[in-house]
Amino acid sequence: MTTISAAEPSRRDFLYIATAAVGAVGAAATLAPLIGQMSPDASTIAAGAPVEVDLSPLAEGQIVQAFWRSQPIFIFHRTKQDIARAQAADWRTLRDPAPDSARVKAGHEQWLVVVGICTHLGCIPLPHQGNFDGWFCPCHGSQYDSAGRIRQGPAPLNLPLPPYQFVSDTKIRIGETAPANA
Amino acid sequence: MNAHRSIALAATLAASLSVAAMHAASAQEAEAPSREHWSFHGPFGTYDTGQLQRGFKVYREACSTCHGLKLLAFRNLSDPGGPSFTEPQAVTIASGFQVTDGPNDKGEMFQRPGKIADRFPPPFPNDQAARAALGGGLPPDMSVLAKARGYEAGFPWFIFDAFTQYQEDGPDYIHAILVGYEDPPAGVTLPPGAQYNKFFPGHAIAMPKPLSDGQVEYTDGTPATVDQYGKDVAAFLMWAAEPKLDERKRLGFQVFVFLIVLTGLLYFTKKRVWHDVKHHPELIESRPPPEYPKS
Amino acid sequence: MSANSIYKPQNPVMQWMERRLPIASLIHSSFVVYPTPRNLNYWWTFGGILSFMLGAQIVTGIVLAMHYTPHVDLAFNSIESIMRDVNYGWLLRYLHANGASFFFVAGYAHIIRGMYYGSYKDPREVLWILGVILFLLMIVTGFMGYVLPWGQMSFWAATVITNLFSAIPGVGDPIVTWLWGGYAVGNPTLNRFYSLHYLLPFVIAGVVVLHVWALHMVGQNNPTGVEPKTEKDSVAFTPYATAKDAFFIGVFCLFLAWFVFYIPNYLGHSDNYIPANPGQTPTHIVPEWYYLPFYAILRAIPSKLLGVIALLSSIVLLAFLPWLDTSRVRSANYRPLYRQFLIVFFLVVIGLGYLGSQPPEGGYVIAARILTAYYFVFLLIILPLLGLFETTKPLPNSISESVLRGGLSAGASAPPPSGARG
Repeated sequence: MTTISAAEPSRRDFLYIATAAVGAVGAAATLAPLIGQMSPDASTIAAGAPVEVDLSPLAEGQIVQAFWRSQPIFIFHRTKQDIARAQAADWRTLRDPAPDSARVKAGHEQWLVVVGICTHLGCIPLPHQGNFDGWFCPCHGSQYDSAGRIRQGPAPLNLPLPPYQFVSDTKIRIGETAPANA
Repeated sequence: MNAHRSIALAATLAASLSVAAMHAASAQEAEAPSREHWSFHGPFGTYDTGQLQRGFKVYREACSTCHGLKLLAFRNLSDPGGPSFTEPQAVTIASGFQVTDGPNDKGEMFQRPGKIADRFPPPFPNDQAARAALGGGLPPDMSVLAKARGYEAGFPWFIFDAFTQYQEDGPDYIHAILVGYEDPPAGVTLPPGAQYNKFFPGHAIAMPKPLSDGQVEYTDGTPATVDQYGKDVAAFLMWAAEPKLDERKRLGFQVFVFLIVLTGLLYFTKKRVWHDVKHHPELIESRPPPEYPKS
Repeated sequence: MSANSIYKPQNPVMQWMERRLPIASLIHSSFVVYPTPRNLNYWWTFGGILSFMLGAQIVTGIVLAMHYTPHVDLAFNSIESIMRDVNYGWLLRYLHANGASFFFVAGYAHIIRGMYYGSYKDPREVLWILGVILFLLMIVTGFMGYVLPWGQMSFWAATVITNLFSAIPGVGDPIVTWLWGGYAVGNPTLNRFYSLHYLLPFVIAGVVVLHVWALHMVGQNNPTGVEPKTEKDSVAFTPYATAKDAFFIGVFCLFLAWFVFYIPNYLGHSDNYIPANPGQTPTHIVPEWYYLPFYAILRAIPSKLLGVIALLSSIVLLAFLPWLDTSRVRSANYRPLYRQFLIVFFLVVIGLGYLGSQPPEGGYVIAARILTAYYFVFLLIILPLLGLFETTKPLPNSISESVLRGGLSAGASAPPPSGARG
């Protein structure tokens, strides 16, 4: 290439380094919207807003399915027997230990609200099936009890709990937790 | 040199005339609207929140019975860069509209108050219902109306417009239509049901005059005149069509500064790289000529 | 010196790779040490700009395709959803739409350079023909892309242009029905245009590879039209041409940014923000600005079939330029008579562009016919005759001579080639 005189190496190098650095910043800044455009867009986020569910039509023992953020949510109006059996289980020996009290809200023990996606590989378990008064997942045989805890089968974790709160005794809002001092 | 200048001239003429052409192509014979001052014009233009809120009020009270905004959602009313209502205000506005939902457990569609995530419901279930209710006219949805209307500026103004960044021909047109109702000049007969509008192409507009002075109450002291309503609702409709304008111009400034810096650095890099070729060609270790097949 | 010309990696990983797939040495020989005439001016940067714009259009196009729905009931709204809800969707859309216009700006500049400096002449005929093919591919790609938003202009441009095929005698109408996939432009048409619009840019990229390969076989032309003869005539592509290309890409991006961020709808037509209505034709159907000259030629001819033939041949004839132009002198810098006719030709194309936007009535039609006549007379009569009868200026003996004589001295005398300005 050109033979460069040794007189001004530092000025030339600084220029080339500065140009390369600014160019790299530009390249990174150009990449940002290209990657960001794949994140959920505003209408998707808006559609994921909390949903309210009226609990009064549910009879004792009934399980219904609502949707929040495109996920199925099981709402179980537990009978006294369901609650008793869930509380009686030796929860410390379970694969994913959790007492029944941690699975429901205080004062509303008859309502179980869980995300209806099996924690094994994502199928939707079937209600009122299996040996534990809860759900049976037909894909690979996981069984959940009346507190949505994994009791048998390959699933590693209990059915997840979505954020929700009681806006009244007969209505819940899924997608929002109550403020701490409410 | 001469050739380059001619070519540069040709290229400029080409670009400008072709684009001139574009604008000329939308020519209709109506009078050209006056160019209003818009807060969102120019490289540092932004929407005026107060104006957008007033414009929304005009839309709600005077236009929404016939004209939809179906591409807008109520949540957009509280987005930054817009009318900037608070979220509770947007929720209240939403609940003032009836939205179709369903089917319910009986299989029926039903009406319910709007929620913030809903889009503005159309005033008529379909075009035919609109025409039937309005004697044949079809009020267009106004979500992008401010970009779907314009007018020909003619040569040479469209060339200047590229430099002055004039993109407000839509709002100018909308404002003009709203203030342009007048009695038809002598000898002009209108088709039945039409009204005379100075700025509407063909002058016979199916929309009856929608605004009168004092029709919409302004609580911030702005004069409640048709001219002001026209400007405010035109600005609101421009936001409805182009809600990202503030963000676009802001980012544009940053990009411009960055590109000027980068291009400047590239210019000096190029000069430095070429320095010896230009001034000390004897020092160059040139490439041997390639062995191309001789022609 | 010549030792630099061959890539010899020191790194053992690179040596391993070189033995199996010598990409690094290919890049080195094609884009680093590749000899480039030292007197190229900025008209020669548009090839690099075009490559850059092709990449930009492909990238923005692919991310837009993640959010676009190619169905007649959903297309318009899906693009509005991109503009309003998708993160930076407005930016990607405006970059893609204005990028298409700037792609054509660069393309026309590239063609102007080729026609002015005789870059199409022996031994660059195939290079030039590949360029004409690329131009045709760009035109088709741009046309199909414009249909996708399904606005009024999208729909009616699709109707008008596909109807051109009905001019073909006998099989015209069945061909149009086949193109449409129906009895009018509709959903099948939109879907296939989407598929092909996604495909063709990659076909363009492939032809660009052939184009650059053909270029490297014969080397760049230069403003004098005199081939490099000695070492002094050339410099290495990197860093010399690279630095120049990079700088001018920066300038080009500044112009693009002006449109994208401040006047993003200036080059478009407001009617395309009206959703397509098959029952109502816009008052004036106009294509985007880059098609206007050819649109004018189409409408200038009163016969439908001859109009279509004129439209096609106005582009296809360009492929024959190497043979239509009989002059043995390449650069218009040394062909004063050709230069004048050529500049008139460029002005005629501009004029046709203006006329293409006007309603085809009265004086506009007459003007369009006159200008169309010049267009074809220039290519078919003037060019062949000029080569035989023109008196050209004396050429410099070599690039270096022209640079040393004209570049460093400030004079604009005798034939200092404009290429001396680096």
